[in-house]
Amino acid sequence: MEIVMAIVVGILFMTATYLMLSKSLLRIIVGTGLLSHGAHLLILTMGRLKRGSAPLLGEKGPYTDPLPQALILTAIVISFGVTAFFLVLAYRAYKELGTDNIEKMRGNRGNE
Amino acid sequence: MNNLIILPILIPFVTAAILIFFHKKVKVQRWFSALSSIATIIAALVLVQKVHTDGIQSLNISSWDAPFGITLVSDMLSALLVLTTSIVAFVCLIYSFKSIGAEREKYYYYPVFNFLIVGVNGAFTTGDIFNLFVFFEVMLMSSYVLIVLGGTKIQLRESIKYLLVNVISSALFVITVAYLYSVVGTLNMAHISQRIAEIGQPGILSVIAVLFLIVFGLKGAIFPLYFWMPGSYYAPPAPVLALFGALLTKVGVYSITRTYTLFFYHDQGFTHELLQLLALVSIIAGVIGAIAYWDIKKVIIYNIIVAVGVILYGVSVMNIDALTGSIFYLIHDMIIKAALFLLVGIMIAITGTSNLKKISGLIKRYPGVGWTFFISALALAGIPPLSGFIGKLLIVQGGFEGSSYVGAAIVLMSSLLVLFSVMKIFINGFWGVHRAYENEDKAPVKWLLISPVILVILSALYGIGTEAILPYISQAAETLANPSMYIDAVLKE
Repeated sequence: MEIVMAIVVGILFMTATYLMLSKSLLRIIVGTGLLSHGAHLLILTMGRLKRGSAPLLGEKGPYTDPLPQALILTAIVISFGVTAFFLVLAYRAYKELGTDNIEKMRGNRGNE
Repeated sequence: MNNLIILPILIPFVTAAILIFFHKKVKVQRWFSALSSIATIIAALVLVQKVHTDGIQSLNISSWDAPFGITLVSDMLSALLVLTTSIVAFVCLIYSFKSIGAEREKYYYYPVFNFLIVGVNGAFTTGDIFNLFVFFEVMLMSSYVLIVLGGTKIQLRESIKYLLVNVISSALFVITVAYLYSVVGTLNMAHISQRIAEIGQPGILSVIAVLFLIVFGLKGAIFPLYFWMPGSYYAPPAPVLALFGALLTKVGVYSITRTYTLFFYHDQGFTHELLQLLALVSIIAGVIGAIAYWDIKKVIIYNIIVAVGVILYGVSVMNIDALTGSIFYLIHDMIIKAALFLLVGIMIAITGTSNLKKISGLIKRYPGVGWTFFISALALAGIPPLSGFIGKLLIVQGGFEGSSYVGAAIVLMSSLLVLFSVMKIFINGFWGVHRAYENEDKAPVKWLLISPVILVILSALYGIGTEAILPYISQAAETLANPSMYIDAVLKE
């Protein structure tokens, strides 16, 4: 089971990398979303996918590992906050700079 | 239990939370954050003294025993860095009063500023690898807001890049923690170190070590991963820039130091040589940038990369002299980089440009700014009575002892070129023909000068009082060289 998950996570990372290397800002943000999905699934996989009941004391054991689940929950809300900020930033940048093409957002050349 | 450790995190946190409620009252915001900043400095001072007399302090949150709960650990390195952070934060804060502008101050500048300090102090103090990730995010999230606050075109443009790079490196951090967890099955740093010692660092752990180097190298701007920094740090206003330049990259450097001395010290052949190579190339790349530019902000920004390289070179040599030197240099660099960025901020406030070719003759009207800049430039290069000297001396000495002659020679040569790059600013900007500038009379130079002068005095005291400070620094280096001290203090066997 871990092997299947590893392949899925690998495909997610591949797609995310491809999208983040594109020019359009929105595709880049979609890429970061996929990247965080991949990372979260990887935590779950790396905590071993043993069969067991949900980590609630009312259930009958043996249980699945509760620690990776808590880590994922933390990582999800963090990446949720960052993504929300990023989307609003992209919106503001589109309004102010008039482009969503990252190639056109070149900085100061500096050394005149 | 000793709750003192948590105060440098808690004080700015509570302050930030309270300040959100009356964000339009600028005066109250200023007073409140200044007072809490002073309180943080006092707490950090007490903490340093406590660690000095009683050894490493650790606090198990909610009294869960060490590997199972989150543990906050304050060894001497952490305590000293927390103290330096609090001082830098205080001076950047009083610099902000007159320079940041009411528009930014009304929109949560001070709360976000305090949250940044929470993140940095937390990252220095935590003893749990995932908690380190969370404190990194607290720090980065506040830095995103600070870099874009004000919403000018350049800020929007550069913050998109800054955010993207950090999102990627955070995802990498999560991935690396996941790998490490699957190998050792724990998240507590002392416990991880113990488990790694038990299994004797097989190949997979060297891979994880390199992944950590990539993650923290992205935060700390080492050689192939520094590309985002010159552009991003160019965007925000001076006090924010000083805060970033002094603190953010140093958190990355601290994390590399911590992981490479506490976790991955068993098989140094590959990982530490890689670190050494990257550190040396960072020095060279930084120096090239610093002497190439005629833009005063860019010159100082590239000097950050040089300093990161010098500190990490000291860490990679891994003998007691080089580690002591690295810690000396780390603290010196936090202070002096903040001073230089604030001084550059004053020059920009006076002249309205950061192009060195358009500035000259400032010393006639502003001798205070000129001489402060001169002293901090000498301190940066490491001229003996000032603070940069002893750190570099020990790093070079450690390099020769570890028979890494080329590395030590590069560190020495870099000092010369660093001195050249800052003297270029001094000679071209302060000497020469006096010019009239537009904003000259509006710039509150006297007030702004207070902060860098405080820092330069501290730097001079730090250099002159080396004998008094050495016991503290050696204590920090000793903990880095003997990870067992750290493990025993946390796991209390």
